[in-house]
Amino acid sequence: MSDVKTVNRDFNTDIIGQFPGGVHPPERKQPASSRPIRRLPLPAELILPVRQHIGPSGKVLVEVGDRVDKGQRLTEAGLSQGLPLHAPTSGIIAAIEERPTAHASGLPEQAIVIHPDGEERWGNKHALPDYHDVEISRLLELVQEAGIAGLGGAGFPTAQKLAQQKPLKHLIINGVECEPYIAADDRLMQEYADDIIAGTRILQYITRCDSVLFAIEDNKPEAIKAIAAAIDDDTQIKLKVVPTKYPSGGEKQLIELLTGHQVPSGKLPMDIGLLMQNVGTAYAVKRAIIHGEPLLERVVTLTGEALEQRGNVWALLGTPIQHLLDESGFNPEKKQRIIMGGPMMGFTLPSTEVPVIKTTNCILAPTDHELPAPGPELACIRCGACSDVCPATLQPQQLQWLAKAKDYDELEKHHLFDCIECGACAYVCPSEIPLVHYYRKAKAEVRNIAREKAKAEQARKRFEARQERLEREKQERLERHRKAAEERKKMQQEKASRPDSKTDSGDEKPAGKSAAVAAAIARAKAKKAAQAAKDNADEDSSAKGNES
Amino acid sequence: MSLFGAVIALGVLALIFGVILGFAAVKFRVESDPIVDQIDEILPQTQCGQCGYPGCRPYAQAIADGDDINKCPPGGEATIKQLADLMGVEPKPLDDAHGEEDVKKVAIIREDECIGCTKCIQACPVDAILGAAKQMHTVIEHECTGCDLCVEPCPVDCIDMVAVKPKPETWQWDLDTVKENIKANSIPVKVVE
Ligand code: SF4
Ligand code: SF4
Ligand code: SF4
Ligand code: SF4
Repeated sequence: MSDVKTVNRDFNTDIIGQFPGGVHPPERKQPASSRPIRRLPLPAELILPVRQHIGPSGKVLVEVGDRVDKGQRLTEAGLSQGLPLHAPTSGIIAAIEERPTAHASGLPEQAIVIHPDGEERWGNKHALPDYHDVEISRLLELVQEAGIAGLGGAGFPTAQKLAQQKPLKHLIINGVECEPYIAADDRLMQEYADDIIAGTRILQYITRCDSVLFAIEDNKPEAIKAIAAAIDDDTQIKLKVVPTKYPSGGEKQLIELLTGHQVPSGKLPMDIGLLMQNVGTAYAVKRAIIHGEPLLERVVTLTGEALEQRGNVWALLGTPIQHLLDESGFNPEKKQRIIMGGPMMGFTLPSTEVPVIKTTNCILAPTDHELPAPGPELACIRCGACSDVCPATLQPQQLQWLAKAKDYDELEKHHLFDCIECGACAYVCPSEIPLVHYYRKAKAEVRNIAREKAKAEQARKRFEARQERLEREKQERLERHRKAAEERKKMQQEKASRPDSKTDSGDEKPAGKSAAVAAAIARAKAKKAAQAAKDNADEDSSAKGNES
Repeated sequence: MSLFGAVIALGVLALIFGVILGFAAVKFRVESDPIVDQIDEILPQTQCGQCGYPGCRPYAQAIADGDDINKCPPGGEATIKQLADLMGVEPKPLDDAHGEEDVKKVAIIREDECIGCTKCIQACPVDAILGAAKQMHTVIEHECTGCDLCVEPCPVDCIDMVAVKPKPETWQWDLDTVKENIKANSIPVKVVE
């Protein structure tokens, strides 16, 4: 730790850009940001939803009753978007069944339940202290196999984000953490700055990018100091201190702040040569490559005045929220709400039996006094406050009208899908309209309509294909019958003409006998034709089944 | 003379513009969907035949020929409204002679009871059933439109129509359903809020 360097260091606070809108909600990051990250005793069970990320789920590799090691793989990564899942600690697979998920719906999903045995027995680890002579594709594989997903936002598989083959101008490491209450990244930066920078260098190596912008909000002086010291005199990593304003940690907002460029609507940062990773992800990448440890745990902020012991904990993935609350001196009020995520973007948990997942950064148990439940929704008075604060320059009040009217075409024209659900509009709305709720609902409906439409299209194609096949089969059948009939006719004609030919050629066979033979041949032929037709029909009906 | 010149000049101009317009009409022709295609686009493609026609396309043809727009139960009110907009008529309530709007379902074969008679395959309008003579049959769930047509022909009654369960990604942010979802699960949980 070289304090001199830290002090003298040029922080480069000259932020180029600015994003529109934004709000300044009370920060309330204390006391969580000033207390060291705790480790909790193991919970009685760990619940691991097979699908923790966007995309299809992997194939389960274990069975009930199996004994698993810490870090052992539980699911096979699916084809395109999947990420494997690992046992966060050693123990026994107690069940594979449907459990409520950490989703606002509380809908049950397939989950692997582990009873920890307390031994913390590690399986094989493939540490790779020096990755510089390893192929980049191999490193990407390792990141994928470690099950790492973006720990800041939507939980997109990190390896897939890294694998995009486009030249990068800057790699941005996001340590902004602008949402009130949450201090998980803050504490991680204070305590594990060197690991985060090591992870950043791995990301840099993988993306072959020689310019890193490391962004931290100016309300985290301790984290800034620690990261500055860890960067030391590495000129490729520039520390950028951004002014505190919500939501400056949003991907597109931060890009605008740091580079002055806007990511066009419907495009990815990648399209303008930028890639953003969260500090937690950088840390996880370091653990995965250098130590060979898959992603098994994350820092979760436990806060809110209904908790006696507020602060940050290392929570194993799959830890039931109830366990976290029990370990923090939880004094529930009468109508206690538990929020996963922060107060602006989080959602009220339907149950406290749901587990910590990769994107769980905060569990907030506020008292009613601290964070009153929203009042009744009043009519929009068209004050325009919402459009002033929208960081995506949308017209929230307009979107709200359209969402209520279910006018999906207009909603898309008003760029509903540019809304980052930051909640700034709902925060300032004097009529307490739960604006974001309407947008989430409308987005879900639009997506569903698209899904239904695609399905209908598919059904139409299959229906038409079937009609065509039936028609073709009918034609073939007719054709066969026609041929068989022709054959018979020919036979009969031959039969009729035989007696004449006999006299011509002077054949000795008696007429009666020759006619009988011809008739028999005709019969056999007809029978054969009928049999062939039948066989074909059978074949067709089984082929029909196999076709799909 | 000048009159003659003017007539010629105008005639030539008319000819030139005629050629340009004619060319433009061919070159920039807008392919407009025939009305039957547009109607078919709106229909849900369940292919169930409840409308009285052997599939959605035939019903689309019938609507184009002047049949009522309220005979498709799977589409329900939403489809009727879209059809009314397209055809420029007043929407009317679903004709319940053809059935009622229902939740989305899929067919599931109780496979150990199936005798492999292939009757359901012959009934399925979208070839969503897989199997062969004297073999166990199964429904490809994501291709099944829930048309119900395979249930009737099965001689051993081993096909069930079950409602499609909402998944987290298809859930419509209907907060009223939250407690129900939790209850539907047998694990005792504390419901918060
Ligand atoms: S802030 Fe609320 S009341 Fe004001 S215009 Fe927006 S939605 Fe309407
Ligand atoms: S939630 Fe959406 S509409 Fe509201 S301020 Fe944020 S981006 Fe704008
Ligand atoms: S009733 Fe069935 S077959 Fe008729 S249009 Fe509707 S979905 Fe298609
Ligand atoms: S109709 Fe019934 S018994 Fe026959 S193949 Fe289909 S599911 Fe099996």
